[in-house]
Amino acid sequence: MFSTFDFSVLSPSLPFLWTGIQYSFKLTLIAMSGGIILGTFLALARLSPNRVLANAAATYVDTMRSIPLVMVILWFFLLIPLLTGNPVGAESSAMLTFTAFEAAYYSEIMRAGIQSVSRGQVAAGDALGFTYGQTMGYIVLPQAFRNMIPVLLTQTIVLFQDTSLVYIIGAKDLLKAAEIAGKNYNRPIEMYIFAAVIYFVVCFTLSQTVKRLQKRVAIIR
Amino acid sequence: MIEISHVNKHYGAFQVLTDCSTTVAKGEVIVVCGPSGSGKSTLIKTVNGLEPFQSGTIMVDGISVGAPGTDMPKLRARVGMVFQNFELFPHMSITENLTIGQIKVLNRSKEEAMATGLKLLDRVGLKAQAAKFPGQLSGGQQQRVAIARALSMNPICMLFDEPTSALDPEMVNEVLDVMVELAHEGMTMMCVTHEMGFARKVANRVIFMDQGHIIEDATKDDFFGTPRGERAQQFLSKILSH
Repeated sequence: MFSTFDFSVLSPSLPFLWTGIQYSFKLTLIAMSGGIILGTFLALARLSPNRVLANAAATYVDTMRSIPLVMVILWFFLLIPLLTGNPVGAESSAMLTFTAFEAAYYSEIMRAGIQSVSRGQVAAGDALGFTYGQTMGYIVLPQAFRNMIPVLLTQTIVLFQDTSLVYIIGAKDLLKAAEIAGKNYNRPIEMYIFAAVIYFVVCFTLSQTVKRLQKRVAIIR
Repeated sequence: MIEISHVNKHYGAFQVLTDCSTTVAKGEVIVVCGPSGSGKSTLIKTVNGLEPFQSGTIMVDGISVGAPGTDMPKLRARVGMVFQNFELFPHMSITENLTIGQIKVLNRSKEEAMATGLKLLDRVGLKAQAAKFPGQLSGGQQQRVAIARALSMNPICMLFDEPTSALDPEMVNEVLDVMVELAHEGMTMMCVTHEMGFARKVANRVIFMDQGHIIEDATKDDFFGTPRGERAQQFLSKILSH
């Protein structure tokens, strides 16, 4: 059956597909860094003794985790222009959405990470005269982050796969680019296979990296 | 230096400390002992505010611990504390452990902090371990580093919370030696420990606690010599018999 395939259409489409790949990576990186930073603050809020703050963070995280990502993408895309009065492009809208959505997942990972650091470490930081912020910043978060690197990366792999959902609002990611190129050359199957291979190679490489990192980043105890 | 008066602490209905009062004068070494669950660790942790308490007052160098206007980080920076489980920061090298407090809290320069840190490390006999990480040291070595870390802040007094309880027996003495030396230099110390040999050697007073009460607060000679309460006698006979 492969005899009916014509992969020669790939090479003229590569520059266009490349822009899609770039966008997918950019979206992943932005949502990852933004999501981890925002997620860390959410985790700190959720663990804070301040009930109002803790409940607000918990509500946010639980809400995000209870809605399918596709719907969040769609709603952000439709809602932001309504709220701000300005239309945002699909690409920017997707970056905001993914950062906000992934923050909920990253925050649960960071929360587990923070709780994995013993209370004695916090006491030791306090006893040295550190403020709350210093104890968190120098003692707790570095250890929490380190303990959680493999899990954070695993979540990033999921995130990278999920970026393909932005096709719903027409943002030009790898999948959308493949779709368009497929239509141009009337070779959709070949293009989708190409996209699948890229997704696979990236995710497989990352998951192998996670395996190797698990051994390397462990703190000597 | 440390004045504890009528301190009460409870978790819900459970009373952990009941009307505890004692004082530690400058240069004094006080040993706090008692059976497990007697509240001795809790008491020592109230001194630098790691454990809050519901009523009573604790004054450290004239500053009220836990009072609304008190800058607790500032006060804690002046009170050294050594923990049962060392609590060195595992993601930092020994020198980083020794310098981070000096740099971030006391605003010392890196060079100055490093000089002080290395001097103290040398003093506890571990100069060769400077570049290592806590996980690469033995328990006794880690605890000596922890003492050096506390000393790096130039504390006005030191609190020890069962500093040798988590150690293998052959490592207990290397830590006690450092503590004895500190005591001889005139450091004000409050030590929760069962090491009665240490108490005999350097303590000015011994406090015996049971079920949240300070039952005995006596000079060393009185505590080990003349008649004392039944509970303290039972306790001592148990820990001294082996």
